[in-house]
Amino acid sequence: MKHVDEFRDPALGRVLAGEILGLVEAGRHYKFMEVCGGHTHSIYKYGIDDLLPANVELVHGPGCPVCVIPMGRVDDAIALAHEDNVIFTCFGDMLRVPGSEGSLLDAKAEGADIRMVYSPLDALRIAKSNPERDVIFMAIGFETTAPSTALTLRRAKSEGVKNFFCMCNHVTIVPPLRALLDSPDLRLDGFIGPGHVSTVVGVRPFEFIPREYGKPIAVAGFEPLDVLHAIHMILTQLKEGRCEVENQYARVVPYEGNPRALEVMAEVFELRPHFEWRGMGFISQSGLKLSKAYADLDAELRYAVPGVRVADPKACQCGEVLKGVIKPWECKVFGSGCTPERPIGTCMVSSEGACAAYYNYGRFAREREVV
Amino acid sequence: MSSEVSEREQKVLNIIETARAKRQKFRDTQITMAHGAGGKATQGLIEGLLVPAFANDTLEAMADAGTISLLGGQVAMTTDSFVVNPIVFPGGTIGDLAVNGTVNDLAMAGSRPLALTLSLILEEGLPADTLKHQVAAIAAAAQSAGVPIVAGDTKVVPRGMCDEMYICTTGLGLIDDRATLSPAALRPGDKILVSGRIGDHGTAIMLARGEFELDSDIESDTQSLWPMVDTLLGGVGPSLRCLRDATRGGVASVLNELARASRVAMIIHESAVPVHPSVAGACEILGIDPMHVANEGRLVAIVAPEAADSALAALRSVPGGEEAAEIGECKTEPEGMVLMATAFGGKRVMDQLVGDPLPRIC
Repeated sequence: MKHVDEFRDPALGRVLAGEILGLVEAGRHYKFMEVCGGHTHSIYKYGIDDLLPANVELVHGPGCPVCVIPMGRVDDAIALAHEDNVIFTCFGDMLRVPGSEGSLLDAKAEGADIRMVYSPLDALRIAKSNPERDVIFMAIGFETTAPSTALTLRRAKSEGVKNFFCMCNHVTIVPPLRALLDSPDLRLDGFIGPGHVSTVVGVRPFEFIPREYGKPIAVAGFEPLDVLHAIHMILTQLKEGRCEVENQYARVVPYEGNPRALEVMAEVFELRPHFEWRGMGFISQSGLKLSKAYADLDAELRYAVPGVRVADPKACQCGEVLKGVIKPWECKVFGSGCTPERPIGTCMVSSEGACAAYYNYGRFAREREVV
Repeated sequence: MSSEVSEREQKVLNIIETARAKRQKFRDTQITMAHGAGGKATQGLIEGLLVPAFANDTLEAMADAGTISLLGGQVAMTTDSFVVNPIVFPGGTIGDLAVNGTVNDLAMAGSRPLALTLSLILEEGLPADTLKHQVAAIAAAAQSAGVPIVAGDTKVVPRGMCDEMYICTTGLGLIDDRATLSPAALRPGDKILVSGRIGDHGTAIMLARGEFELDSDIESDTQSLWPMVDTLLGGVGPSLRCLRDATRGGVASVLNELARASRVAMIIHESAVPVHPSVAGACEILGIDPMHVANEGRLVAIVAPEAADSALAALRSVPGGEEAAEIGECKTEPEGMVLMATAFGGKRVMDQLVGDPLPRIC
């Protein structure tokens, strides 16, 4: 695959790894957070950790769209899916997230018409071919996916599609980062910034991290060389005593982001006063809902949803995992009560979740050299 | 992990591996699509409900086909249902799968296919031409595999109770004298071969459904694998440890099952695994690992190290086996696990499929 394989070149990876080794100070421990679940996935999938010095530790952050959805929202989704005459559509990962009484997959087996889609446009297509049914799209994700939801809603409105609705769970990346940085639990030396989100919002929104919190950040792409390069950039900043936002992913990310995407988001969405995050509680101005102009397409206005806040299962420590306070394996139920096939928490469901990535890819004792 | 694996982390990992090595339980309250995906949920259904219910030594062996002693010989018996959607796709049809799938399950037991039975479940309103087309496909596939269809059954259900047509085939085969195959026969040092590039069938079906607006030239790999097995047995018979056709759940599921059954570790070299660039591209876009994608005409062969080269040559000499490759080897530790040495130079676990990204693939 041209333009991808170049960023997976093992020879270049070894060169970068060698340079990284030259940048670290012996005796100092470095803790960097990769904000985005896509990075977590890449790190485990390619075994990037294996190329890093022992004193560079990667901590997984909150940027996994499925992981941050609280249980109460899953219950709301299931309630919508069970409404008469509704076709409920969502991304595949969402199907397996446990609510307080089963998942969307269970609701499907009980008879709810739930369909997996790969994009909001697929959901709109389903609406057009089933004009007598209400089609609800469960929108999730950060600023990465919000523009495609917004464009789909704009199209539905302009084409006069009357049976297409959106259950909006879009969230924004900066408020949880601020919450993390304000938390005393976590001591970090720098951030690998979220590449996909930045294609939309640009690099500027992350300037507060070096300015207010004194931590370097490199916005990075998702191929293994991208991740290594970003680590190289952060280590270089630390070595040279600099502290700023750098853009490793400049081949895709413009400094000011994508103005047209931001424009359609501003038209279609507005900030909720607060939104609940799994394990992190309510964070103000961190979630999006449909704007007044799009209220007719809001599934939560079309149907009554329970909207009940459900406490996470006691044993579940997704919150601490999302905040990077504990490693996946440190969770009390990791791998025993909570596995990808029988998850308790969201982090074990999504392929971008730290627990699923660690369980599926990272779980083996590297001490025991393979004989 | 770059940071050293602490004692506590090691303890947690050991508990998990012990739990994984145990026979799966069936604890679900209802059947979901995941139970049909060939991954962990399927395994739980088989190991936790079906095998205990019908407990017998033949079934316990959990091979692709059961082996029975009959009149002084060993025969293999297997059965398979086909519900693929759509019923016609690039490179094949449901009729081709129904013959080749069962023939291949027999072949994986080292048995020459002797006869098939055919059971059709048809939806009211199915156009006769569609049925004729499938019957012709079944006849052609059976002739090409050299196996007669000796009995059959037909049922019709009301419109909406099934999707066009489902097919069930049962096969009987005679176990070849040269075959000494068992999922528990793998030894550290054994080599792992695949008979060609992987993921073609699943990708072809996925794209044929037209849900993704991706175009490609990928065709299903559906074919009878008996000629390949015949040649392998002739070339390296006694050195052949085990054969599996990598259908639902893909090569990853097959390898995990074998690693568990033989209590060995496996290391797979990512760069050695043959994958068509279009398959790699489609999987990349959809976030699926080609190692989890179904095949209908690809086998995984585990052979003793000294026979690996001859086995590879044998595979490559048979039509459809030209791209056969050695993709890895068996090790001692960590027992029951399959590891992937990534092309980038790292190492990771390659586990079985969880959930069902691709329902009704065969």
